[in-house]
Amino acid sequence: MSSPDSGPLLAVDGLNKRFPIGGGLFRKPTDFIHAVDDVSFRMSAGESLGLVGESGCGKTTVGKLLVKLLEPTDGSITYRFATPAMDPHLAGPVETSNIRSRQLGAFRRQVQMIFQDPYESMNPRRTVYDTIAEPLVVQGIGHVQERLDRVSEILDLVGLTPAGTFLFRRPHELSGGQRQRVAIARALVIGPSFVVADEPTSMLDVSSRTAIMLLMQELAERLGIAYLYITHDLAVARYMCHRIAVMYLGKIVELADTEELLRNPLHPYTRALLSAVPSPDPTRRREPPDILGDLSLPVNPPQRCRFYDRCPLATDLCRREPHPPPEEKAPGHWVACHLA
Amino acid sequence: MGEGTSLFEDAPEIDLSRGRLDLALVRLRMAWRTLRDGWAVFVESRIGVLSLAIIAIFALMAFSHPILMATVWTPDVYDPVTGYAFDRFEHPSPPDWRHPLGTDSLGRDILSQLLFSTKSEFILGITAALVTVGIATTVGAVAAYYGGLVDSLLMRLADLIIALPGISLLIVLSALFNLNLFYLALIIGVLGGFGGTAIILKSQALSIRVKPYIEAARAAGGGHFHVIFVHIIPNLLPLSLLYMMFTVTGAIFAEAVLSFLGLLDIRMSWGIMIHTANTGGYLLAGANYWWLIVPAGASITLLCSAFYLVGRALDEVVNPRLRRHDR
Ligand SMILES: Nc1ncnc2c1ncn2[C@@H]1O[C@H](COP(=O)(O)OP(=O)(O)O)[C@@H](O)[C@H]1O
Ligand SMILES: [Mg+2]
Repeated sequence: MSSPDSGPLLAVDGLNKRFPIGGGLFRKPTDFIHAVDDVSFRMSAGESLGLVGESGCGKTTVGKLLVKLLEPTDGSITYRFATPAMDPHLAGPVETSNIRSRQLGAFRRQVQMIFQDPYESMNPRRTVYDTIAEPLVVQGIGHVQERLDRVSEILDLVGLTPAGTFLFRRPHELSGGQRQRVAIARALVIGPSFVVADEPTSMLDVSSRTAIMLLMQELAERLGIAYLYITHDLAVARYMCHRIAVMYLGKIVELADTEELLRNPLHPYTRALLSAVPSPDPTRRREPPDILGDLSLPVNPPQRCRFYDRCPLATDLCRREPHPPPEEKAPGHWVACHLA
Repeated sequence: MGEGTSLFEDAPEIDLSRGRLDLALVRLRMAWRTLRDGWAVFVESRIGVLSLAIIAIFALMAFSHPILMATVWTPDVYDPVTGYAFDRFEHPSPPDWRHPLGTDSLGRDILSQLLFSTKSEFILGITAALVTVGIATTVGAVAAYYGGLVDSLLMRLADLIIALPGISLLIVLSALFNLNLFYLALIIGVLGGFGGTAIILKSQALSIRVKPYIEAARAAGGGHFHVIFVHIIPNLLPLSLLYMMFTVTGAIFAEAVLSFLGLLDIRMSWGIMIHTANTGGYLLAGANYWWLIVPAGASITLLCSAFYLVGRALDEVVNPRLRRHDR
């Protein structure tokens, strides 16, 4: 389960996103939500990284920053696409905040996103064909017959067969799992090299979850697509990803290869998440997660370790010192904790 | 794993049984289906159907006037403006078989006036409604999508227009300018389009703007223009249609008021018919001269209510919360 080594596809450095709260047209906002706080990581082509954390910790915001639906407050996201010959606009490193309008189309052909809510991520008035062909239409790729053929092919690929019976359905005529297949088809139809999948199975019923996960994994492998898989479920990430990054209140607190992280979790938050993973043996009693209280809102957070308030191991040092920087404790195993 | 493989390289051959699909035809068929489904919900409202029937009757009346003029009605007697009923010695005269609704104080046939005016009421109402809704939909979508300064400016303008008393403003304008039917429709349309209707459509557009499919469209590479015209405005159209109905009501009513006050530069309308009755001093003696007032007054009331009620019935088709779940 090692990732192909063709240099980093993606380098994220010191990424920050702060959302102002309050304020208005003529008033400066005074408070900020630090949704993403000094996040850095790298990804190689064809690799899959799981981004795991509780709801509200900033996972979706990271995803939207990566696909340039949001602009970072600070820091940089740099892609190095392997196919510059196809897209002269994308030769060399591409930093998302420097993309000019002419490059944007080419960028969108390489970087796509699958959204969390399959019920809301399709325009209810548009057909499956309209939704999947949208990237082709707005990018001016192909003419009608070519688009029809292409959409039919991709429908087959995501398992909506026979394609002809799905092409002109509207979202309300599809089940949740079918909608998410359409969402996957839309993301893949222009052949991206990187996809952000934002909790693609969290809104589905249990029966279709596994099928969608399998499909994603199979297609990504077959088409050589790297993906960031966002989930709040460590068990899902373990199943889907080469590496896992654990996020807490806007910070990545631990990042390692999947097996290493599961065998040797160093951050108390990761350990707590692991103890919450359901065991395959139903007779074994599940231990309560070893953390205190609830996730707080990252509004103007104090400088100290973000996890301090809930950490069962917190010491005086943790209160005094600023949030610990990530350190490489073992090869490729990064953790941000004073005590690890 | 991928060494620059084409996305579709190993996809199986597709055989679309329908052969080459004519996309336009499919879309047409789907639009037809949507219309049919909407109609099925609409007809469940008895009042809606009744109102639509009333509107249809008025439409027939509008069409019947030129036909009657060309066949059975001689222009020198029945022209709604210049005609004179030589067969009577006294005007206004009550209804009889030659003049089913009698004549006015100037000896003109009331039924002819009533039918002739119907066309103008439709033109006025529909023009005003199209202008209102065209402007309001665009303003609402643009304000909601861009937000910020654009939104603030458009919404302050809307507040300003709402704060102005509508009918009084029209009275001032009509005193200053010679307002004919077309300009009146335009003014009502612009005031409504930048005013209250824009605010309503904007609040709807705001709820569409935050839908994930808008972000999905942006991620697909869709520009602002694409998002506004392909995703936001089509989702506003049902509500726009609804407000078209309400605008028609408002426009016909405004015309009646202004005509009654003698402020419009138009030859004949329901409002002018009542105006004529009033200037002749017959309005207060209405019980004895009912045919001067009732036909026009009832027509105004009926047509205004019919458009309003069709709007309310459409509300049920358009507003999913009032609708049975998932049709
Ligand atoms: N557009 C926004 N404006 C203001 N706050 C936001 C916005 N988007 C997200 N947030 C806030 O940022 C934090 C992280 O949100 P999100 O990235 O959606 O978390 P997750 O996906 O991990 O559940 C939350 O506290 C959320 O309220
Ligand atoms: Mg999220």
